[in-house]
Amino acid sequence: MSVVIEVEDLGKLYRLGEVGTGTLSHDLKRWWALTRGKEDPYSQVGRVNIRTERAEKGEYVWALQNISFSIQKGDVVGIIGKNGAGKSTLLKILSRITAPTSGSLRIKGRVGSLLEVGTGFHPEMTGRENVFMNGTILGMRRHEIVRKFDDIVDFAGIAKYIDTPVKRYSSGMMVRLGFAVAAFLEPEILIVDEVLAVGDAEFQKRCLGKMEEVSRDQGRTILFVSHNMSSVNTLCHTGMFLANGQLEFQGDIQQVISRYLNYSSSGNGKLVLSSRNDIERRGNRLFGEIISISTRNTKGEILDTFEFGQQLYVDMRVEIKQEVVDPELGICISTSRGTRLQHLVSKWEREFGKIAPGVYDVTVELQELMVYPGDYTLTAWFRHYVKEPADDFIESALSIKVIKSEKMGRFKDFTNYSPIGGVYAKSNWYLQNAHG
Amino acid sequence: MQRTNPTSLPKDQWDIVITPHREHPSFSEVWKFRDLLYMFVKRDVVTVYKQTVLGPIWFFVQPILTTVVYMVVFGGIAGISTDGVPRILFYSAGVVLWNYFAESLTQTSKTFMENSRIFGKVYFPRIIVPISKVVSGLLKFCIQLFFFLAVLIYHLSIGTKLHPNLYILLTPALITLMAVMGLGFGLIVTSLTSKYRDLMFLIQFGVQLFMYATPIIYPSSIIPEKYKLFISLNPITYVVEGFRYAFLGTGSWSWIGLGYAVAFAFGLLAIGVYIFDRTEKTVMDTV
Repeated sequence: MSVVIEVEDLGKLYRLGEVGTGTLSHDLKRWWALTRGKEDPYSQVGRVNIRTERAEKGEYVWALQNISFSIQKGDVVGIIGKNGAGKSTLLKILSRITAPTSGSLRIKGRVGSLLEVGTGFHPEMTGRENVFMNGTILGMRRHEIVRKFDDIVDFAGIAKYIDTPVKRYSSGMMVRLGFAVAAFLEPEILIVDEVLAVGDAEFQKRCLGKMEEVSRDQGRTILFVSHNMSSVNTLCHTGMFLANGQLEFQGDIQQVISRYLNYSSSGNGKLVLSSRNDIERRGNRLFGEIISISTRNTKGEILDTFEFGQQLYVDMRVEIKQEVVDPELGICISTSRGTRLQHLVSKWEREFGKIAPGVYDVTVELQELMVYPGDYTLTAWFRHYVKEPADDFIESALSIKVIKSEKMGRFKDFTNYSPIGGVYAKSNWYLQNAHG
Repeated sequence: MQRTNPTSLPKDQWDIVITPHREHPSFSEVWKFRDLLYMFVKRDVVTVYKQTVLGPIWFFVQPILTTVVYMVVFGGIAGISTDGVPRILFYSAGVVLWNYFAESLTQTSKTFMENSRIFGKVYFPRIIVPISKVVSGLLKFCIQLFFFLAVLIYHLSIGTKLHPNLYILLTPALITLMAVMGLGFGLIVTSLTSKYRDLMFLIQFGVQLFMYATPIIYPSSIIPEKYKLFISLNPITYVVEGFRYAFLGTGSWSWIGLGYAVAFAFGLLAIGVYIFDRTEKTVMDTV
């Protein structure tokens, strides 16, 4: 095994706010400082990139800072982190789209980067012409494309339309064609951004399969950015977790994913939202917002560890800001890989009626916690009306651990099974002698 | 995966080394992407007149119309001398040659603005794009040159007194000079406009002004003494004059002037490539 990518103390400084008047004067000051051999006056202004803090106009920020790692040949590395954590910036530097502000980076081998499918497609050109256009942009030679052309068209499954201008293609067909070209790239290092988010499920599966096959058979190194934890998990062996432009954790992909999920959720059974600004949260919170959320057992102890089959209570404190009628609150239990397992939704059980502005405590009681032992996260939401998007949606607000229990009769031990992330369902089994 | 071990490979064994101060683009790297150059040129040529009725005929329409307008306005109304050459020949020579320079300049000056989407997604030596513009402009120029040659042959056949001479063999060199100057200028302009958009407005206007400072619509023989120095500083003057001299026998062929033009063109190109290379590295953060 040899090292194919080596990154040393990488940093990237971005300027926030509008670039307009003032850039010239900044540039002149910077140039003046640098010619006198002093340090860049603006690089010191840059701070750790915390996206949720409002930026002052013209402020500089480190989108990446102190990033060091190395990657072995044949590694399939998942890069995860929230929006704005610096993933895309890292990929852009690795694929030489933009230069770093500090540090250095060394690569051995041919790099193919796939930050978008179908780069350079021209709507007026036919599918055939675009395959050549896109292929050469990605660094292939023309004779190489000629050789692989039939396979590419086969993989995309659009042989019939290959001589039609791509402006007449459906968006799905464009994605297929674009990915098909990329799938036949033969770089030693492949950099893939979240390009698989587009396209239908069946095609996504084929793409993932193709990438897996390639890395396994040809020992190709792949760097893969995705928000989809289950595809990261199936594809990657190792991973990196970026947060606020820093490399938070790297190692085995399982560990990285659980670090990531634990990072964004509170670990001790209670989350007070006002004290955290690093939570993945969306919604305009005009009608109401969730102030805190916690999990407890029957005895009223706030905990994050529960036994299989035990009762689980989730308490939410909600501030109603405008009068609402029959709002909805919900909790979703997801696996540490990000698969949603169970939804507990107030609307499915009862209506709350008219609620005046004020602060309310809501308790959800889950009679039996039926998910297999393992790590899970709870996502919570509030919406004032079912047909509207959520007013407040908190992804992976809390993480909980489910452990084996003695209570549930025969289900003491899952050691001979590996039912990670599943829901237990009661079933009865009958045995009798067929001839008797 | 493990923490960096700084002594893992000797420096020269890496294929790509990326630092804030990247080394200059190597010709071998551009050469590796020559197929991309071909595809860009093909795209430019194939897509320009798609879904038009006249198609490639449009390549002719523009220089013919411009020539006619110049014949009427500058020749007919203003009565500017054409050194005794039929107006249509005099103007079409200038128009065709100037168009190539202007095209190369304006097209390459849009490099970063027009390709920001592609540049933001994939790496290739960026200079491929401006070079492709100059090459596809060259194809267009060759087509338009036919228009000029057709007129020339017609006039020779009816016995108009013209003196085409062996300097015609040096036309490729003149055209190369125009291409290099257009490219050099364009590279500088696109690098500057990527950050300071204002220049974009200046460039169209500037190209027009520049044309009047070049003997396109007038022969250099009628330039008043007090402007002589100014016009003679313009390197394109010598290219245009040389071109007319070769094909029509009027104007002048100045080896010194052309030497100056060569030095100017390649100096400009060197500056352009240098600035372009510096801009290229971080341009995606500002465009």
